[in-house]
Amino acid sequence: MKDRSYVDIFTEWDIVAARQLGRNEAKEIGFGTVDQARITTAISELARNIYLYAGTGRIEISRIHEKSLFGISIVASDQGPGIADVRQVMNDGYTTSGGLGAGMPGVKRLMDEFDLVTKQGVGTTITTIKWLR
Amino acid sequence: MPHEVEKQYKEIIERYLHTQDERDLYAGQKFSRRFIEKEISPEEVIGIHKSALKSLFPDEPNELWHSFDFLIEMMIHYGLALQEHQTLIRKQEEMDLEMKIAAQVQSTLLNTKVPEIPGLDIGFLTIPAKQMSGDYIYFLSEEEKSASIAVADVIGKGIPAALCMSMIKFGMDSLQSDQSNPGKVLEVINKIVEDSVTDSMFISMFYGKYDTNSSVFSYASAGHEPALLYKASRNNFVELDAKGLLLGVQQTVRYEERSIDLEAGDFIVMMTDGVTETRAAEGFIDEDLIKEILLSVKDKPAQEIADAVFEQLTELQNFQLLDDFTVVILKKDY
Repeated sequence: MKDRSYVDIFTEWDIVAARQLGRNEAKEIGFGTVDQARITTAISELARNIYLYAGTGRIEISRIHEKSLFGISIVASDQGPGIADVRQVMNDGYTTSGGLGAGMPGVKRLMDEFDLVTKQGVGTTITTIKWLR
Repeated sequence: MPHEVEKQYKEIIERYLHTQDERDLYAGQKFSRRFIEKEISPEEVIGIHKSALKSLFPDEPNELWHSFDFLIEMMIHYGLALQEHQTLIRKQEEMDLEMKIAAQVQSTLLNTKVPEIPGLDIGFLTIPAKQMSGDYIYFLSEEEKSASIAVADVIGKGIPAALCMSMIKFGMDSLQSDQSNPGKVLEVINKIVEDSVTDSMFISMFYGKYDTNSSVFSYASAGHEPALLYKASRNNFVELDAKGLLLGVQQTVRYEERSIDLEAGDFIVMMTDGVTETRAAEGFIDEDLIKEILLSVKDKPAQEIADAVFEQLTELQNFQLLDDFTVVILKKDY
């Protein structure tokens, strides 16, 4: 069921470390190159958000197994300021065309499951899963 | 599904690599439509390409396969942009549908009943440039004693203008009969508009009231296009204009009220700037052109006169409407 490892995000280089960890796991689970690229892009976005908005936080990567399904779970957590307007953050807009990156809607698209919990002044935890097909 | 696509892709590219024939490229182009139809993203296309090549040329150096992985990484955001684009198109379709419904609601809401007064022939036409109109016609009659007509134009088009119109309608509905003199009407409506609309929205309005007993047409204008009066006895036109500020500029405004006598065969033309600012190839049309059109149909019923103005003017701008177009004809038959 589990097999957890994590990277703490302090500097921009830690984003690369988180990507590397995610890619290794994804490869071992059996994801193809395209899905590996999607998973690492999602990790990049999550880690970048921590780096830019919370300062520090953690990317935790685990292998998961449910019934006959195998997959990868990424949990991004921080004790940052929290998200004031979740609707706005999740709103599909004009993010990619403006070169701002994929944003949260992008992460949601790259992965299969997406869950966001945030509280102002307490922090944000985003849990996202991709299943092996 | 993906395996089937992969297999076909491999067949097509294998043939092409062998022949380099235009026919196979054409087959590839047709096949790419299936990618789009099945919502296969750009990064997946490269993934499919890579695995096809890998099974055709397994002995190529690793650098080649790594380069495809790099290319996949490059394409991820294009794939996201594509999906975002598709979502936005769906949203756009939803909005178009909502607009259509809103336009129907608007036309029901702003529906107004044409006064029926013996000897008085009223015709009108109002066509929005977009789905929703910023022009408005309001009729009011006190039995057969009088007929009042308001023609209003919100500066601006589309939804904001349309929402604003609804307010004018309820303002008009709330008028009492002792307030029905044109200058007074504009004064009251101005106050309503000033109280309830943002500073950036202005409305021009022409208000006229025809008294059946005296055959007098009295009118006032809040910065609106002057109306035209056709005098049958002299076979010419007189401009009907009165001083007054646009609605919504300041709290208290006095509106000049003027009046003229209507005789049999005379008619009044009230319109919005969508009519006077018709653009022909060489620029704005001359007012004389409108008069010419009116003269050519002066003996027709009011509705036919209104229709003729619309048909002949829109023809000049290639049947495209740049602004909401409204014209009202009030004709005294006897």
